[in-house]
Amino acid sequence: MSEGLTKSTARNIFFGGTLFFLIVLVALTAHSVSYITKNSTDVAGITPGVAHGKAVWERNSCINCHTLLGEGAYYAPELGNVWARYGGFEDAEAARDGIKHWIKNQPTGIEGRRQMPDFKLSDEELDALVDFFRWVNTIKTQDWPPNEAG
Amino acid sequence: MKYETQKLAYPYFLAAMGLFVAQVLGGLLAGTVYVFPNLLSETIPFHIIRMIHTNALIVWLLFGFFGAAYYLIPEEAETEIHSPGIAKLQFWLFLIGAAAAVVGYLFGIHEGREFLEQPLIIKVAIVIVALMFLYNITMTLIKGRKTAVSLILTIGMWGLALFFLFAFYNPTNLALDKMFWWYVVHLWVEGVWELIMAAILSFLLIKMTGIDREVVEKWLYVIVSLTLFTGLLGTGHHYYWIGTPGYWQWIGSIFSTLEVLPFLAIVVFTFMIVRKGGRNHPNQAALLWTMGCAVMAFFGAGVWGFLHTLAPINYLTHGTQITPAHGHLAFFGAYVMVNLAIITYAMPHLRGMQPYNQVLNMWSFWIMCSGMAFMTFVLTAAGVLQTHLQRVMGIGFMEVADEINFFFILRLLSGIVVVVGVLIYVYAMLSTDKEQAQAGETSPQAAE
Repeated sequence: MSEGLTKSTARNIFFGGTLFFLIVLVALTAHSVSYITKNSTDVAGITPGVAHGKAVWERNSCINCHTLLGEGAYYAPELGNVWARYGGFEDAEAARDGIKHWIKNQPTGIEGRRQMPDFKLSDEELDALVDFFRWVNTIKTQDWPPNEAG
Repeated sequence: MKYETQKLAYPYFLAAMGLFVAQVLGGLLAGTVYVFPNLLSETIPFHIIRMIHTNALIVWLLFGFFGAAYYLIPEEAETEIHSPGIAKLQFWLFLIGAAAAVVGYLFGIHEGREFLEQPLIIKVAIVIVALMFLYNITMTLIKGRKTAVSLILTIGMWGLALFFLFAFYNPTNLALDKMFWWYVVHLWVEGVWELIMAAILSFLLIKMTGIDREVVEKWLYVIVSLTLFTGLLGTGHHYYWIGTPGYWQWIGSIFSTLEVLPFLAIVVFTFMIVRKGGRNHPNQAALLWTMGCAVMAFFGAGVWGFLHTLAPINYLTHGTQITPAHGHLAFFGAYVMVNLAIITYAMPHLRGMQPYNQVLNMWSFWIMCSGMAFMTFVLTAAGVLQTHLQRVMGIGFMEVADEINFFFILRLLSGIVVVVGVLIYVYAMLSTDKEQAQAGETSPQAAE
């Protein structure tokens, strides 16, 4: 290390630089909030159903097996695009029924296959969950995931 | 040990080791379920096991950080801890809170965001615990000598508490939720926790090599500068695909690539200090953990982080087994090992003994490191295959999971090795060697 750098100079660089980068981060975060609410997400589309669906998603800790937009556990499939995978953008009713039917039929009990528990969701909760999946699938994610497999 | 209140660290280290065992047993169970998926699927489903695995990790690391602070702040500040009573109360509140959370998880009582599953009341308890701690440490610092080591450690702890407050903000808009969730998760592990880690390593190096404090502290400022200058905007590497603007792909790629620098600096710094200062300290095991921490953190957080941080690569690897490969080695190398280093260093002092069970302790070092390295390699292999099959070829997730199953068997085996290493470590720390204990009574402390 350069002999010219004293401890107090190093300390001042630390405090000054940290403050600078923190301000940049906060400024970019503020811009991103505005981008999210105006451009990338359908704020008007956050119906009570979508909000309820997010609560169902959280209450059952789905994130600790699945990923959602690539974040979460890696034990079960990505669900950020599950609506598209079930063809929801072409036939919404069939996709809704398909997803609900699939959840209701868990666990499969098939030997050697990863099991999803029976979370005993009511029909209303299932519908809300599907509303949430549909809404998430409309987030503009810079075209991630690369394909339907998620 | 020069100050009576350093003893406050003892229960914190015991709790840390206890929860460490719980954490790796949880991990072992989760790894077993990967291989035998029907196991416990009705009674303790995978999501609960994983919740316990990750939460126990976070809590025991915090116990270790608290203990480290109570141990080293008096020596650094050259004064007793402001209020031993608060430190004891804080310990019990945190332990009861952690136990309540784990028992709650087993009964399905939890919130739903990853790593932040603690029920609201537990989150509030965590904030109270943090405030008690910060008050205690800050008051101690104010009345005592203000060294760079204690200052950086305290700033790290303040940052930890402040960023945790974002855990209380859970907007309905998922993109916003995710963006601010990273304010806790990223700014902890790729931000303020690195300050805590660097401060603890600096303390250990000063104590064990006898090197001039001025040199160490100048380096410490350089390292933590590099950490935050890169790590704050490095947050951007989590903002590629969650509904955030496209410019984050540039900012995240550039700054998170630079996040390797502080880890490289830590390796260079540690080895330079040890070479200059000599390694004649009687606690060879603590020195091994200290140097090992620098190296493994560089590989786990630095190299394995860089592996998938560039946006065009992350586009394909995001959310595959590449992420847990990196996550496991990064947490182990940086935060597990720094805790095991300070515990190894402090326990003989806390128990009034000469360094004991050194060989056993060093065995645990090599066993744990081998196990974690192998785990990282096999998860990386699984991740590369998964990326190709799923993201390039478009094969469905469950089918791919079957294709890469072999690596999960290997991961389970490496997990068993890690658990063995952990059990040896805890045994080495807690078992009493009578000869050593007597030696400790006659000649109270090793030279520092």
